[in-house]
Amino acid sequence: MKKRYLVLLLIALSFASLFVGVTDISPLDLFRFDDHQTQIFWQSRIPRLISILIAGVTLSISGFIMQQLSRNKFVSPTTAGTMDSARFGILIALIVFTSASPLEKMIVAFVFSLAGTFLFMNILDRIKMKDPIFIPLVGLMFGNIISSITTFFAYKHDLIQNMSAWLQGDFSMITAGRYEMLYISIPLVVVAYIFADRFTIAGLGEDFAKNLGLNYKQAVNVGLIIVALSTTLVVLTVGLIPFLGLVVPNIVSIYRGDNLKNSLSDTALLGAVFILFCDILGRIIIFPYEIPIGLTVGVIGSGIFIYLLMRRRDYA
Amino acid sequence: MVEVQSISKSYGLKAVVDNVSVNIQKSKITSFIGPNGAGKSTLLSIISRLMSADTGEVLIDGQKIKETKNRDLAKKIAILKQSNHLSLRLSVRDLVSFGRFPYSQGKLTKEDQVYIDEAIRYMELEDLQDRYLDQLSGGQKQRAFIAMTIAQDTEYILLDEPLNNLDMKHSVQIMKVLRKLADDLGKTILIVIHDINFASVYSDYIVALKDGKIEAQGTVNEIITSLTLKQVYGMDMSIQEINNQKICVYFS
Repeated sequence: MKKRYLVLLLIALSFASLFVGVTDISPLDLFRFDDHQTQIFWQSRIPRLISILIAGVTLSISGFIMQQLSRNKFVSPTTAGTMDSARFGILIALIVFTSASPLEKMIVAFVFSLAGTFLFMNILDRIKMKDPIFIPLVGLMFGNIISSITTFFAYKHDLIQNMSAWLQGDFSMITAGRYEMLYISIPLVVVAYIFADRFTIAGLGEDFAKNLGLNYKQAVNVGLIIVALSTTLVVLTVGLIPFLGLVVPNIVSIYRGDNLKNSLSDTALLGAVFILFCDILGRIIIFPYEIPIGLTVGVIGSGIFIYLLMRRRDYA
Repeated sequence: MVEVQSISKSYGLKAVVDNVSVNIQKSKITSFIGPNGAGKSTLLSIISRLMSADTGEVLIDGQKIKETKNRDLAKKIAILKQSNHLSLRLSVRDLVSFGRFPYSQGKLTKEDQVYIDEAIRYMELEDLQDRYLDQLSGGQKQRAFIAMTIAQDTEYILLDEPLNNLDMKHSVQIMKVLRKLADDLGKTILIVIHDINFASVYSDYIVALKDGKIEAQGTVNEIITSLTLKQVYGMDMSIQEINNQKICVYFS
């Protein structure tokens, strides 16, 4: 029943998103667009909406998968260095292939974010203290180290300006022709659904998984590839969107539990609604200017994150 | 039958399991007892293929487990480790349905649902099936895990200290269920257990380990004697017969 409200909210917000902006387009104009309106609508508003939805869905699901595989509620692409590694990869692509094509950037960034995530999971294996708050702190530190390396090389190669574009997620730059890469992540969501049971079983531990005849390593690898690839795609097209993969799965887990198969659709829906809401908010707060999505999600998300941390302490 | 043939396993220079051979009888409860660090849990992990032995073989129904596919073994043998602390919010029913994973690979059929319902009924968890595991007491949680192993429908069920952290009432409840599984459903049950009186009252066979070696093995009557237990634990205890049960009194 909660899902029905989420769907309605998503439709309402999507509709609103199409008609908020500097160029006046109202639903009444839909059937008598002038040329300018048609162009804005198809070149900017629709691509923006689609990219918001895909980014919200994939980042939230990635967060859920990471939390299951790492067995820690506070691990997400933001708190495990995945996003920072992707950004490092983009920088390397820019340095090595001076005029990197989007595909080249994507591949290099994907390899880096995958390597970064694997490295973090390896560190996780070695840490004896499995405190739920300690682990994400390690992840944040790890991400910051990679981030400073990125800044160092960006500075040396005069690419600081270029890199800051990927520092702050921003949907206002999305136009037709600049976001289509995000479509690659749609099949990833399908794979995530097929593997949902496996991720949950793997999240119960390697011994548990082996007892049930599950190929643990394979499940973990598939999960991390989904996470790294979808994060890379979002960072490349939109930029960093912090906390989304952390906040949304945690909220869903509270009312839906951690069986990924049951929670997947709620996670996807809530992720899309949350990011859409933040985007619309960022667009109207200082209208006609915009606050980038990275900032709105960052502020609201970190607020919820703190709440979740406090709530956690009440539990323990 | 489970045949353990000269299994050894060492960590560094220390042999944790040292040339152990033992045959486990079908449809019986066999308890592994022994002092801390005797290698009981390691041996159980090796039998259940969670760990690999350095040397030796484990055969299940005449088949070497090394040469059997993991997925096929999951339909033959189930292991429950010392209640691993669970951080995921799963409902009891979800957990039990994971027991069907070796058969369904995630897509539950009608037949799977029947097994799940039966396992839940068997462990008397009907009222709790929609509750999350983190809302349950230790005893209820343990019952939920055993229900999962029942749904897994394996001939062999291995449990590593299933009574850990349970009070007497719940311990008795769990042991009675295991007894029923062996007597009514013909399951073969292997447990690692610390409380020798629970081992004495509820098992058919006892295997006593010490320093990675088998110190003694046999029926309850053969093992629960002052002499044997002194050899195993290095302490004096008197054995009292109460209601035809052998009870060890080890409080000195």
